Formats: sequence, structure tokens, C-alpha cells
Amino acid sequence: MENYMKMEIAARSENESFARSAVAAFALTLNPSLTELSDIKTAVSEAVTNCVVHAYRDNEENAKILIECKTETLPVQAHRGDRCEKYGVIHITVADLGCGIEDIDKATTPFFTTLQDDERSGMGFTIMQTFMDEFSVESEKGKGTRVRMTKKIKATENGEVKERVNA
Amino acid sequence: MQVNAKRENNILYIRLCGELDEHSAAQARHSADTLAESSALVERAVFDLGEVSFMDSTGIGFLIGRYKKFRRLGVPVYITNTPPTTDKILMMSGIYSLIPKI
Ligand SMILES: Nc1ncnc2c1ncn2[C@@H]1O[C@H](COP(=O)(O)OP(=O)(O)O)[C@@H](O)[C@H]1O
Ligand SMILES: [Mg+2]
Repeated sequence: MENYMKMEIAARSENESFARSAVAAFALTLNPSLTELSDIKTAVSEAVTNCVVHAYRDNEENAKILIECKTETLPVQAHRGDRCEKYGVIHITVADLGCGIEDIDKATTPFFTTLQDDERSGMGFTIMQTFMDEFSVESEKGKGTRVRMTKKIKATENGEVKERVNA
Repeated sequence: MQVNAKRENNILYIRLCGELDEHSAAQARHSADTLAESSALVERAVFDLGEVSFMDSTGIGFLIGRYKKFRRLGVPVYITNTPPTTDKILMMSGIYSLIPKI
């Protein structure tokens, strides 16, 4: 089964909390664990903060962030005794129409930041990579940046009981 | 984000409560630095993260910034009560070699 949501928000720092909470709320339909949920929240916060802080640095006109999420519940993957293993997946895209990234390899290196003086740590991309199962960045100079992330949500004990197939 | 201070036996406890992200960091930075500047005769400063409900990489920059501030004043800095996700981020950043966990 597939489900999706799309949203567009102004690239303003006061929207950071709203954006990560909205994505987390959407992910709740997959019955994630608290750790999975907080991993998603953190990764989304990093991606959204980058759009706010870096993307529109030189041109704040029409500064917006586009967020898309798609969830899938995958069919039975394996049987373990009489239990059924099922898991869900959430695909998250965070995009901006800002300045773009010239050298993605460099930008995704741990501790690399172009804003050293602003107490940025350069760990944003590394956190997205570590906290999510799949991660990729596309960017074009002057056009914008798109980050794609995927997180697998394991079935919880409760979920398994709820979804149990009585074949 | 709320920044509360408590002084006990020449130790300054700085307790952060709430969400620490890029938006809330500016205010938190200001509050913590004001505390630092009035921390005469303090032997050490301890950041208590027990009530941090959310933190992203902004927290790394924030803590290193405060570490530098206190170091100029000759005050060593420590971190305590890190919740699991916050701990995962701080561990990745290697910050505990500068600001030990107690
Ligand atoms: N959406 C974006 N638009 C333009 N540049 C970006 C974007 N996201 C990241 N960058 C660039 O990649 C660098 C690394 O990003 P990140 O790992 O999040 O560290 P930080 O945000 O702390 O600098 C940034 O310093 C910036 O130069
Ligand atoms: Mg960042």
C-alpha cells in the first residue's frame, strides 16, 4: 500500500520545527519505534536547516522548501515461526531552488562547512547519511538542491500482531 | 529552548530544556554566554542536557562555541545527562574529547 504527502514552506528558520514534526507525524502511519522516529526527525531537520541557512544565502527572494514523503508497506517478507515479518518504508525528499552545491563530494565530507564563523559543524550531511538507510544529493549550481532519504521501519511487536496473517 | 542556571559549590550547571535547532540556537547562545560572563570564580561549567527534547547538528556548533567562550575565561566545560539521540550525534562529532561527559 502506498501513501504520500507534499508540502511547500517558506525557507525560514521558524519553520524548521514544523517541518520535521510534520514529516514525523506522517511517518506515524508506519508504526515506527521511538528511535526510528527520532532518526527521521533529526535527518529532516538537517536537510531543512540546510535549505534555510545555505540555499538562499545570496538571494532570499521566493525562498521556499519543497518536502515530499511517500510511504510503502511492503508485503510479507519472511515467516518466523508463526509470526509474520512486515516492514514499511518512508521516502523523503527535501528540495530547494537556491544556489546549489558546487562540489557535492566535498560538501558531504564530515566537518566540511562553508559557514565556519556561524558555529556550523559541517556534520549535517553525515548525520543524514548515518541516521537514514539510503541517502543521495542532487544539485545544480544556481538551480537548487534535492536531498533524497529513505528509512526502513521495522515491524513492532504490536504491528506484527495487528498485521498477522491467519493463513 | 530554555536555559536555566544553578550554582552549587563553585560549579555552574547550565540546564538546556526544549528543542535546540538552528532557530532556537541564537537565543540559547545569548543566554549561555551571559551566564558565562557572570561566572567569576566558577571552577567548572556543566551543561545538563537531560531536558533536551530535540537536537540536531546545531547542538555540536553550539556546545563547541560555548566551550571556547568558557575556555577564554579559564573554566573547563563538561556535559551530563545526554539523552540517547543527542548522545549519538555528540559521539559522532567527537566532541567528548573536548567536553568530557560526566
Ligand atoms: N541546500 C543547500 N544549498 C546550498 N548549499 C548547501 C545546501 N546544503 C548544504 N550545502 C553546503 O554543504 C555544506 C555542508 O553541509 P552540512 O553537512 O549540513 O554542514 P553545515 O550545514 O554545518 O555547513 C554547507 O556548508 C554548504 O556549503
Ligand atoms: Mg547543515
